[in-house]
This record gives sequence, C-alpha cells and structure tokens, in this order.
Amino acid sequence: MIERESMSYDVVIVGGGPSGLSAAIRLKQLDPDTSVILLEKGSEIGAHILSGAVLDPSGLDALLPTWRDMDAPIKTEVKEDNFLMLTETGKTKLPNMAMPALMNNHGNYIVSMGNVCRWLAEQAEELGVEIFPGMACSELVYEKDDAGIDRVVGVVAGEFGLNSDGTPGPSYEPGMELRGKYVFLSEGVRGSLSKEIIQKYALSEGHEPQKFGLGLKEIWEVDPANHQEGTITHTMGWPLGNNAGGGSFIYHAENNQVFIGFVVHLNYANPHLSPYEEFQRFKHHPEVAKLLTGGKRVAYGARAISEGGYQSIPKVVFPGGALLGCSAGLVNVPRIKGNHNAMLSGKAAAEAAFEAIKAGREGDELAAYETELRSGPVGKDLKMVRNVKPLWSKYGLWRGLPLGGIDMWWATLLGKPLFGTIRHIKTDAESLEPADQFEPIQYPKPDGVLSFDRLTNVAFSATNHEESQPCHLRLKDTAVPIRVNLATYAEPAQRYCPAGVYEIVEQNNEPKLQINFQNCVHCKTCDIKDPTQNIDWKTPQGGDGPNYPNM
Amino acid sequence: MKILVPVKRVIDYNVKARVKSDGSGVDLANVKMSINPFDEIAVEEAIRLKEKGQASEIVVVSIGVKQAQDVLRTALAMGADRAILVIAADDVHQDIEPLAVAKILKKVIEDEAPGLVIAGKQAIDNDMNATGQMLSALLGWSQATFASTLDIDNDNDIARVTREIDGGLQTIDVKLPSIVTVDLRMNEPRFASLPNIMKAKRKPMEEKTAADLGVDVTPRLSIITTAEPPAREAGIIVNSVSELVEKLKNEAEVI
Repeated sequence: MIERESMSYDVVIVGGGPSGLSAAIRLKQLDPDTSVILLEKGSEIGAHILSGAVLDPSGLDALLPTWRDMDAPIKTEVKEDNFLMLTETGKTKLPNMAMPALMNNHGNYIVSMGNVCRWLAEQAEELGVEIFPGMACSELVYEKDDAGIDRVVGVVAGEFGLNSDGTPGPSYEPGMELRGKYVFLSEGVRGSLSKEIIQKYALSEGHEPQKFGLGLKEIWEVDPANHQEGTITHTMGWPLGNNAGGGSFIYHAENNQVFIGFVVHLNYANPHLSPYEEFQRFKHHPEVAKLLTGGKRVAYGARAISEGGYQSIPKVVFPGGALLGCSAGLVNVPRIKGNHNAMLSGKAAAEAAFEAIKAGREGDELAAYETELRSGPVGKDLKMVRNVKPLWSKYGLWRGLPLGGIDMWWATLLGKPLFGTIRHIKTDAESLEPADQFEPIQYPKPDGVLSFDRLTNVAFSATNHEESQPCHLRLKDTAVPIRVNLATYAEPAQRYCPAGVYEIVEQNNEPKLQINFQNCVHCKTCDIKDPTQNIDWKTPQGGDGPNYPNM
Repeated sequence: MKILVPVKRVIDYNVKARVKSDGSGVDLANVKMSINPFDEIAVEEAIRLKEKGQASEIVVVSIGVKQAQDVLRTALAMGADRAILVIAADDVHQDIEPLAVAKILKKVIEDEAPGLVIAGKQAIDNDMNATGQMLSALLGWSQATFASTLDIDNDNDIARVTREIDGGLQTIDVKLPSIVTVDLRMNEPRFASLPNIMKAKRKPMEEKTAADLGVDVTPRLSIITTAEPPAREAGIIVNSVSELVEKLKNEAEVI
C-alpha cells in the first residue's frame, strides 16, 4: 500500500473542459466558501481540448450572463452557413431553408474551445477554484458506506515516475489523495475513470450503448484572399460515401485561420477504412484544395466524440459523484454541438451538489442532477434529435439523411420526433466485420502540401510521453491482437488510430503488435473501436499527451 | 550561502516552432510555454546543494512577461525558497536580449548578495548562450560554463566544476562568488509534485519592473528575418545496392 498525502475538499473535479470548469465556476458563484479543486491531465488547461467549434452560447448565457463584457475569446459570429453534398469533383449546395430550424447557426460563434477553456479557467481561478494542470487522476478512491455499498470518496492524482514495469522509479512521486464530498467526472468522451464507474455501477443498464465518432482536425493559416471570417461549411458525401457515416467542417476563424475537420462515425463495418486517410484525401476535393492552396497547416489533433445522444446517456449519478459533459455523452449530433450542453450539465451538477452540501449530505447520489439533466434544457436539446443518428446508421447516407431531416422537421413542428425513439442496438466495436468481406481501400499517397502522412501530422499535435513509464494502452490479452485482430480484421488499429500508435511489425518472421504510446493524442478511439475490446486506455503521467494550441 | 537561479519562460520543447507569416520571429500566440530545460537543471542542482547543507536559501528570478510567474511557481514547487519576477515586457513576442537580462540580474544580485549563481547554459528559444558570460563580466565574478558537475568547497570559497568541452571534459576550480552555467548532463530534474505545487502557492513572490531597477530593455539587435528550414524532399526506395551506388554517383554526385 502506497502512503499518500491527502486533502479534503467539498467537490473534486476531474478534467478541465467546458463541463468541469462550468461546474467549478457555478459552485463558487453559489457559495464562495465551497472548496473546489479541479485536476487536469493536460500540461495546461486547453492542452487536451479539441472541438470544432461552433459554440451555441446558451450554456455561457446561463453560467456567466455578462460574458460579452468579459473579454472572452468568443468574437467571431457565424455570418454564413453552408451545407454541401460532395461527389469526388462536384458539390451540391443544400438550400438553407431546407434545414430544420434547430440546425440554424444564427447567433452562434466560431471559437477555439481550447482558448475558451483557458478563459473559463481564469474566471474559475478568480473565484477561488484551485486548478492543477499536469495532474492526471489515475485512480478512484472508494469507501464502503454504512450499508456496505462502495461509494466514491476521492481520486488519486499526480503520480509520477513509475518505471515501465510499473514499479516506482528513482524520482517516484506517489501523488495525492484528493477527497471530496462529491467527485465530478468531467473527463470528456470515454474518460478512463468514467469508464470504470459506468461499469462498476452498471450505469448504462436500461440505456442504449454509447455511440461514437472520431473527429480529426487541422488548423490552417490560409491565403488572406481565401479567408472569409465567420463562414462555416459542412459537407457530407465524398469521400466516405456509403463506407461510413460522417462528414467535414470548415470554419473560418480569426487571424486568417481556418479550422478544418473531418468526422467519421465509428460504427463503420469495413476494417480497411482509415479515418485519417479519408480526411487527408478529402482535402484534395477541388472545393477544399482551392481554399487551402497557398496556406499552411499549423496544428493537428484528433478526439473521439460521443454520438449516442439522448437514448445513450447512462445514469449520470453514482454514490459520491456524477458524470458531466461528454463523460455522460451530451453531443447533439445533427447540430454538431455539445459544448453548450457540457456547460449546462456542469452548472446543473454544481447546483445539485450545492443543495446537497448545504443540507449536510455527502457521498450519496445527486438525484436532482439526474432529473435536471434529463428534463432541463440539455434533455430537451437532445430529445428532439434523438432519431437522427440511428436513422443515418440504419439507412445509410442517401436515405438516412432526408429521413433524419423529416424527423427533425416533424419534431420542430409538432414537438416530438416522427419515429418515437429508435434504438442503436450495436456498439461501435461490434459493428466491425471481418476483413475478407471487403476489398482493401487504396488511399492516395499524401503530397506533403495539402495532405500529410500520419507521423508528420502527429508532430503538429506536439504530443509527448515520458518514455520510461508503463505503456498506458493496456492489452487485456497480449495474444489477441495477432490471433484475432490481425487474422480476422487485418488489425484495424493500424488504421483507425489517428496518431500511428499501433503498428504490426515482423519479429523473428512472426507478426507482432508494436504500441508506440509516445505518439498517443488521447483520442480514445482504440478503447472504443477495438473489435475484441482488448485495449484499455489508462491515463499516462500528468502533463503528457498533446499540447494543443487554439484547438 | 544563498544561491540565485535565473529561469526563463520559453516555448515548450514539445511544440513545433512556427515562424510568423511576416518573418519577424516565432509565433507564440496560444503556444504552450514552460521553464527553459537548462534552467530546470540549474534549479535542481541548487536544490541538491541545499539538501546537502551547502546552501541556505535558493532564490529564483525570471525576467519577461507577467506569465513568467508560472515558471517561477514550478521552480518553487521543485524546492526553491522564494521568487522574484521582473516584468520587462508586456508582449510575449518581445525577447529581452542577454545584455539587458545580465544588467537586470546584476541589479538583483546587488540586492540579494548570493554566493553563487547557477544558470542554464542557454535558453532553447534564441540559443544565445551569452547571459551567464555577460553577467560574469558585469559583476567581475568568475565563471564556469557548460558545467556537468559542481562541487562546492564552502570552507575555501571554491567551486570545482567539470565542463563539457569539445571532445572531452575539463575540470576547473573557480573562486566564489561565481556564475556557473549548466549543461544537459548535470542531473535529471525532479517532478514538481502535487503537494509541493500546493505549498509553492504560499511561497513568497516579489514583483518588480525593469524600470524599477533602472535598466533599459530596448533591443539593440534587429532581426532581419526568421525562416523555417527548407522542407525535406520525399525519399525514394532503391531496389539494390548497385542502384544505390549508381544514384549516389550519377544523380546525387556525392561519390
């Protein structure tokens, strides 16, 4: 048993994204004497934040109503909104009036969520929240309550200096136990502690499985002649076609920067598909190439996205804590937005914890948060669109898209979707089918101008991991990658990983899976998509991982 | 003996530096910054001397923008006792030149009267490798640069320093007070642990400005241009040794 120093707070928050920071701010607004600690595994707040993003300010309006006077990095209002269906060389623009009203981006802003989070952290610190970046939470601390039920009483954070075999190294730091009356898990999509909690307390029981997408993003500095600040464009169709659901976003932000991203729904069946290479070839579409030519890619990153929507939200409370933001999965898929819901969830959780602490409670379930999340603005936002994703998955692009549109129009006009609630059924891991049922996909070679090979791009995420630590991508069974994943699925990790972490190499004439964990950008796709669910993403040492700029 | 350690806030070593579109320097907007790695080694060495009982107090100094307090907090969390922040710029893109830094440090040293200054041999952003040497000249103190070991003889006021020189090592004795600038192999800095980061928040940090110290930080050097290295051209895979030799001879013309 490792001896650790311990400190107690009212609320311990794991993760400095929009939901965790909003919860911290709200707790201090309600009672400045509430003690709040927020821990972030990234080297600084914002270092691990990756989002489009077009921000619906409703979350911020509720949290900090005067934000417009607070010099927030939220300046670029959406001026023009395009939706294109692409073929390999052509495009069809969908008229804006065909779009359901809830898809309208009027009044929204193009932002870097990384910068928004940095700003939110400043607000939180001014209110007295203790924020510690570079501190990964590696364990949950449980204790039995009077009835003998495990409840969460805290986390272990800031363990450094383990050897690769897991034993303490020469400069080992055991970290600290941070104890709280309530522990908020705001780790983002597929958080490692959230995953443990969801399994331990069977929080997904009675709900649909969570569904995911993989979002890849580059920041480009474009030729000023091509830059139209405030313009957003979304595309669907080529190059994915019917191989997978997904599409792109192109946001013209400030300072001649364009945020260009590509999302692939992770329920694709063909193991030969490579989301990374789909993104790279997408940039060669004449429409996109025209925009990027003469420009320069300045940053790269990737992050999984929760896409299950309303029916996939697990129970969000457990004894001693709550799941916030995308640890619960609050993205509105057709609106391509989740930051507003993340912030609202943080606010709601904070309000529930404040009331509970005021009443002298601790370590129990915050039922008021569960109720508010499902019936309040977040639930309403997600419930309206709950069939769009399953319709897309079920009917493919060309039939699913209009059906989703009809369902949303119906919901807009009549207050509830046409199709009731459609189920997702399969997890994304189960969606993969054997490799021999598909032709391998031949992707074009990157040209080094518009498209790049994976490792060159990974350098632009500024990711790094201390090499002597244990590999944070744990295999439950080390034989499975070759015996099953390679034999049946041509080891899809080589292709779905956007950072080139997984490689099949020859060793003594035998294939072997090599895990280059130093390249990991913490997107969590392997944990989600591995067909055998053999990969467990654990947090590496704090401060490791990408160092995103204004992602 | 008091030890003074200057620390600089620089672009993080993991970040791929990018030249600003006007060529005036490296773009630092939204870029992760951290303590200069050589300075971190200097802080570690000072702490080890204190742990051995050869130093009584460690003062860390940073000069630059207000956010440089972050790297001072890191040094305090590692084990420095107190910090002095000299605000000399309000834009992170304004680099303070070595001579101005040395002049500011000289003023601080006149106030603090340390027996030893341990500094990084250079900052990884502009690679000047000049501040330690200039400071030594301004103060009239001895200097030992590129140090990989440092042993203090408190009784005789002497520091024995191993220097990393081209193709070997050189051991010299310098008289204290002295300026020692450290190289990469001197030590491996410790982690700033969470409990120590918490405690560091309560350690004293004094704030001054360059003007308070009467030092003019106006640049004396002008940057003509900053350019990225040329992009590497794609390689080709040859099928045989003879093809390789043929290409080296006739295409690359190197043999």
